[in-house]
Amino acid sequence: MNIRSIVDNLKKPFEKGQKLEKFYPAFDAFETFLFVPNHTSRKGAHIRDAIDLKRVMITVIIALLPALFYGIYNTGYQYLIQTTQSFTAVDAILHGSYKIVPMIAVSYIVGLSIEFLFAILRGHQVNEGYLVTGLLIPMIMPVDIPLWMVGVSVAFAVVIGKEAFGGTGMNILNPALTARAFAFFAYPTYMSGNQVWVSEASNVDGVSGETILGMLAAGNSPEQFGVLEMFVGSIPGSIAETSTLMVLIGAFILIYTGIGSWRIMLGCVIGAAITGLLFNLWGANALMSFDWHHHLIVGGFAFGVVFMATDPVSAAQTVKGKWIYGILVGVLCILIRVFNPAYPEGVMLAILLMNVFAPTIDHYVIEANVKRRENRLKTQLRTA
Amino acid sequence: MSQDISIKKGLSINIKGAAEKELKKIPLTKFYAHNLDDFHLLIPKLEVKVGDYVKRGQPLFYSKTNESIKFVSNVSGYVKDIVRGERRKILNIVIESDKKDSIVTSNIKPISKLDSESIIKSLLSSGCWPFIKQRPFDIIADPTKKPKSIFISCFDSAPLAIDYKFILNDRLDHFKYGLEVLKKLVSGNLYLGLNSSQSDLAKQLTNFNLNYFNGPHPSGNVGVHIHHIDPINSGEVVWILNPEDVAIIGEFFETGQFNPERTIAVSGPPVKNPKYYRLIIGAELKSVLSSVDLEEGSELRYINGDVLSGKTVSSNGFLGFYNNNLSILREGNNYKLFGWIPFINNKTPSIYKTSFSWLSNGKPKEYDTNLNGEERAFVATGEMESVFPMDVYPMQLIKECLIGDIEKMEKLGIYEVSPEDFGLIDYSSSSKIEAQSIIREGLDYLYKETQ
Repeated sequence: MNIRSIVDNLKKPFEKGQKLEKFYPAFDAFETFLFVPNHTSRKGAHIRDAIDLKRVMITVIIALLPALFYGIYNTGYQYLIQTTQSFTAVDAILHGSYKIVPMIAVSYIVGLSIEFLFAILRGHQVNEGYLVTGLLIPMIMPVDIPLWMVGVSVAFAVVIGKEAFGGTGMNILNPALTARAFAFFAYPTYMSGNQVWVSEASNVDGVSGETILGMLAAGNSPEQFGVLEMFVGSIPGSIAETSTLMVLIGAFILIYTGIGSWRIMLGCVIGAAITGLLFNLWGANALMSFDWHHHLIVGGFAFGVVFMATDPVSAAQTVKGKWIYGILVGVLCILIRVFNPAYPEGVMLAILLMNVFAPTIDHYVIEANVKRRENRLKTQLRTA
Repeated sequence: MSQDISIKKGLSINIKGAAEKELKKIPLTKFYAHNLDDFHLLIPKLEVKVGDYVKRGQPLFYSKTNESIKFVSNVSGYVKDIVRGERRKILNIVIESDKKDSIVTSNIKPISKLDSESIIKSLLSSGCWPFIKQRPFDIIADPTKKPKSIFISCFDSAPLAIDYKFILNDRLDHFKYGLEVLKKLVSGNLYLGLNSSQSDLAKQLTNFNLNYFNGPHPSGNVGVHIHHIDPINSGEVVWILNPEDVAIIGEFFETGQFNPERTIAVSGPPVKNPKYYRLIIGAELKSVLSSVDLEEGSELRYINGDVLSGKTVSSNGFLGFYNNNLSILREGNNYKLFGWIPFINNKTPSIYKTSFSWLSNGKPKEYDTNLNGEERAFVATGEMESVFPMDVYPMQLIKECLIGDIEKMEKLGIYEVSPEDFGLIDYSSSSKIEAQSIIREGLDYLYKETQ
């Protein structure tokens, strides 16, 4: 209980009527990080499940870790393989960490500062949602994006994407994708093209930084990458989205624990597979004839589907709605890939677009429920 | 006509300390009380004052909105105290028993000669009426509004479930007589909900309309039965009763005497000898607790009712009017270091597989009253829908109740639900949303605006 008594002592100046009362939400965030508080149920059910938002969020972070670790390794690997020097896995990890750890730090420092500020201003607890968002943002950025751009994107996502709508639980768009979309449209030269997807590609001659989807959009064939490489993820791309294998491990964690919606994930895969198959039959350009099952393992599709589309706040919330939402994300993703060469990767825009439509989908699902009830009343009145 | 309904969504919570099927009768003790809190939205008007002598079955107070609804004394004795709270609101009416048990006896005709009007009249004057509650609103039934049906759930699926078959064992004749009486009120639309494990009980009740419900909690909730058999539309009323209260009503119509005997299961993790006790409604907790063997060393919470929807009562308080159980839990007012990290705190079970507790799902577990987190913004993580077996969208309904949009509340099915149906939502919510109290406030608001 020693830590507890230290915390109790530290807590005193933050309590009601004390000097630092205003900063209580900030202190509370640290305290509840250490301890599940001693709060007991006051009204309603007397017993409560062990789950809380902290546990939900940390489970998502655990699910993200395999992809993150692989992403760190792959960042180094993609760079070093194109330089002529010989290297080991440790070199790759060191190079990757050198690039990525600062990005994660910037994301958390900027994002959490804003979250704490809003919590103090509004006098509510710090919500845990940013723990996930803050890790997701660097994971979906190109590796060479300057740190200040990460910071600005984070600030935009948290302030405009989330807090402006009322904070956690109220946002329309997935905050991490909002950050990416902001960077994408504000700094396009750092977010697209064939120079940004491999570390140092724009600085070192001979290092090419093009993704598979980028090559296809340009009309080239990505011959040097086999299916296994696409699946394992030793291909260029945003930091942690390349490895379908690692994403699947994360998906397994999310589905097994029950935290992530398997309906949305499966819906996305069904939607994308069917759309990809139809385009294969059509086959008018390189992206159309790109094998439908390859569509599922390249680019950010798997990562977006597992970690972004399933965000409980911005996704559809009814069970039927989740199916419709998921399938449409899949369909749209392939549509954007195939029809718009300016955006070779469609998953970000597909999810953002469906985030906007999710409330509408839910509305119609609920409307059907309301109709059922009204019809029941009508038949009751007729028979009475 | 009998239906067999399987409930898929829900959650059975297996808590240590369920009551053994052993009954102990507790003789008359000193004090008995009505907790006015048990009668939601009731405004009481007193008929007695402190010091008055009352017989068992003699009115103590009535409802201001309908003066014919009488609440009678459960024992004979003197009015000891009328406890008032803020703004002189009456909290308890305490009777000191004279242990002589003098009884008011009414003249009741045999059932074949009774019509629904005279039955209602007798129920009202005898003090049996408050046993009849109505849906929507989950309040004492309004005798002026004819119900379309009456529902009685004969099994309990809540944590530390009580066994109504055991409770009714020696009162089955009264129970059946009570059912016959009630059947006359709704021209036959009396529905009993049973579990398929209750075939013994079913054999005794062949005269009645039986429906079977199987599956996890809340399959035993009468609200779930109504929803699946005869759902409530706007403007309709359904009456509900607890099985033992039907037996009390039956006994009254057989003997002319109000005999408010209550069987309660005293159970929970700190109870070393959980079992059933038979006593009089409104008895002091002390009179039971003196025979209960409790584990020492921690602060305890006493609950009139089950651990999901019951009301906290202090150890020197009184038993509730409706509940068949007294649940006892340890207060969970302790800190858990890093308890929020998955697989660290494996003692507290979770519907998510984020602790190893699910490995021993069959075994009863310890639960305490810790919130296991703090209240947070509404994040639709999907637990609500997975524990709510009705064709109603619980989260959307909760949100409309918070906003107070009556039209939308009606559209989303507010008439079909009662707070207890949201007990599991309270339990499982990762944002620690107080769904039951939100729904209660929503219903109260609706009642105020529409009645």
